[in-house]
Amino acid sequence: MSNFLQVLIDGILSGLLYALVAAGLSMIWGVMDVINFAHGEFLMVAMYICYWMGFMLGLDPIFTWIASGIFLFILGGLTYKWVIKRSLGKAAMAPLLATFGLSMLLKNFCMNRFSPNFRLLSGTLLDGRTFEIGGAIVSVPQLVTGLFSLAIIGALYYLIKKTRLGWAIQATAMDKEAAELMGIDTEKIYLLVFGLGGACVGIAGGLMTTYLAVHPEVGSLFSLIAFVVVALGGFGSIPGALFAAILIGLVESFTGFYVAAVLKYVAVFAIYLLVILVRPKGLFGW
Amino acid sequence: MSKKDKLWYGFIIAALILPCIPGVIGGSFFGHVATMILLYAAMAQSWNIISGYGGQVSFGHSVFFGIGAYGAALAVVTCNTLPWYGAPIGMLAAAAVSIFISYPCFRLKGHYFAIATFAIVEIFNRLFMIWDAVGGALGLDYPILPDGWLNFSWSNTKTGYYLGALAIFLLVFGVVRWIEKHRLGYYLLAVREGQETAESLGVNSTFVKLGAMAISAAFAALCGAFFAQYNYRVDPPMVMSLDMSMKFVLITILGGIGTFWGPFLGALVLIPLQEYTRAYLSFLGAGMDLIIFGLIIIVVMIKEPKGIMGLLGYFVKKKQNDETNGPEEKGADR
Repeated sequence: MSNFLQVLIDGILSGLLYALVAAGLSMIWGVMDVINFAHGEFLMVAMYICYWMGFMLGLDPIFTWIASGIFLFILGGLTYKWVIKRSLGKAAMAPLLATFGLSMLLKNFCMNRFSPNFRLLSGTLLDGRTFEIGGAIVSVPQLVTGLFSLAIIGALYYLIKKTRLGWAIQATAMDKEAAELMGIDTEKIYLLVFGLGGACVGIAGGLMTTYLAVHPEVGSLFSLIAFVVVALGGFGSIPGALFAAILIGLVESFTGFYVAAVLKYVAVFAIYLLVILVRPKGLFGW
Repeated sequence: MSKKDKLWYGFIIAALILPCIPGVIGGSFFGHVATMILLYAAMAQSWNIISGYGGQVSFGHSVFFGIGAYGAALAVVTCNTLPWYGAPIGMLAAAAVSIFISYPCFRLKGHYFAIATFAIVEIFNRLFMIWDAVGGALGLDYPILPDGWLNFSWSNTKTGYYLGALAIFLLVFGVVRWIEKHRLGYYLLAVREGQETAESLGVNSTFVKLGAMAISAAFAALCGAFFAQYNYRVDPPMVMSLDMSMKFVLITILGGIGTFWGPFLGALVLIPLQEYTRAYLSFLGAGMDLIIFGLIIIVVMIKEPKGIMGLLGYFVKKKQNDETNGPEEKGADR
């Protein structure tokens, strides 16, 4: 029984992390119908920022996620200005491939500068702390990351549903030209959405540094899972992303424990395919 | 002489002249680059069939490529026979797998289809990693075999490989030219431009797309079989990964998606760039070639997403306009 509880908790906690990584991607996809292929590399950049701040300045990732969030907000905005804006509307796959180029650039830049070594911050405030519930061990860094994810996703949801800015974002997502006629500066909205998408992944990366090692390839798997989460949840739907992420986290941890560790991602992608074939627009898609 | 005829004469001339180059090639680095250009052009063209002409952008072609590579390698390494038996079986298997996968996935639109194909690559990659019968994560290593056409392996010279790649290149480009000028090609274009309209005119869109996908997958597998012979080893990250899938996509897009010469032009630019930067920029540290590669992709997508063919089209149109002094034509030019 405690095994079951342990697997359940692990699944939910990693699901919450996936949700935070995927939330930004989902928003960008929903508003602009663009897949940011460099999303995973943004995550990696955020992790490197927090790692180096921790390693050189002794700052704890539990604080530096703010810095990486802000930096990634700017990086997201610049990516929109320099890459997305100029490739949007030219050819169907142009923004996707342009961001793929960006992902190659970022990944290999980090490979070139920082070597492919795994780097893990040790001796941080949360390092190695755990507590027990009903025989199951909960890792504090993972729990904190999960709670942060919930809070940020909640804030994002509030922003989109309850504020004027959020209504402007929704209007832009539904019909760009009509939104412009209503006096919404869609350029600014796009810029902001890309920045927010970057900020989400920046915060996620910062928090992940408390318990995960950073290396140039770390983004690849996370971005793939984020794509699957977004498509499974239905594009643009923040609750959909949350629900799909927890589902993916649970599938991953249950297959990993009860079937075989090597098969866990096979199960994740297979479940995704099965669901998407029944509901081609995702669970919460419209 | 019609345009079509000219092209076929060009083909025959190329088929006569290109085989004479190997005298220059021998075992040189240039020979390696020339072989890779032809191979990657053929790969990109095979992808172009379904994704360019058919409009179904697949990121899953490394699965078919990998099946072909494993087909040839299994025949040699596990069964101790000749790659000549493995390659066609791999092609058939790839075609069968492609139909099995695509039939449900063709219902998905746009980015959903793209992400489904990512997921398929990951599933196959991980399954091959743990499948002991195909060597698992270690892959399959070729034993030392005698040189020659029988084993399709040469140790000192690139000439045989060059000729093999040339044969594949001519086969794939010839078949695509044939498709382009026949019913299947017109049906494919019709489905790409508007599936509902095409269906209302009596085109069986499912059949057309599946047919194109099967041909595309079989050719990708053939290229994979060649790749296995050339590298003398096969493992999942090498042949069945997203990186490999992206090569199909990038070369075609750089050259010009949905155009006949696009894949060739893309390979002609990207492959020498990749090989020479890898050879000459390695002193700058790991990954330098890929940094430049990434930068080029971004610039191309920003400046001219129609690729080199788009650039050429721009010059041709400008020249025509200069000749006739007519107003600049607007609208689609694909």
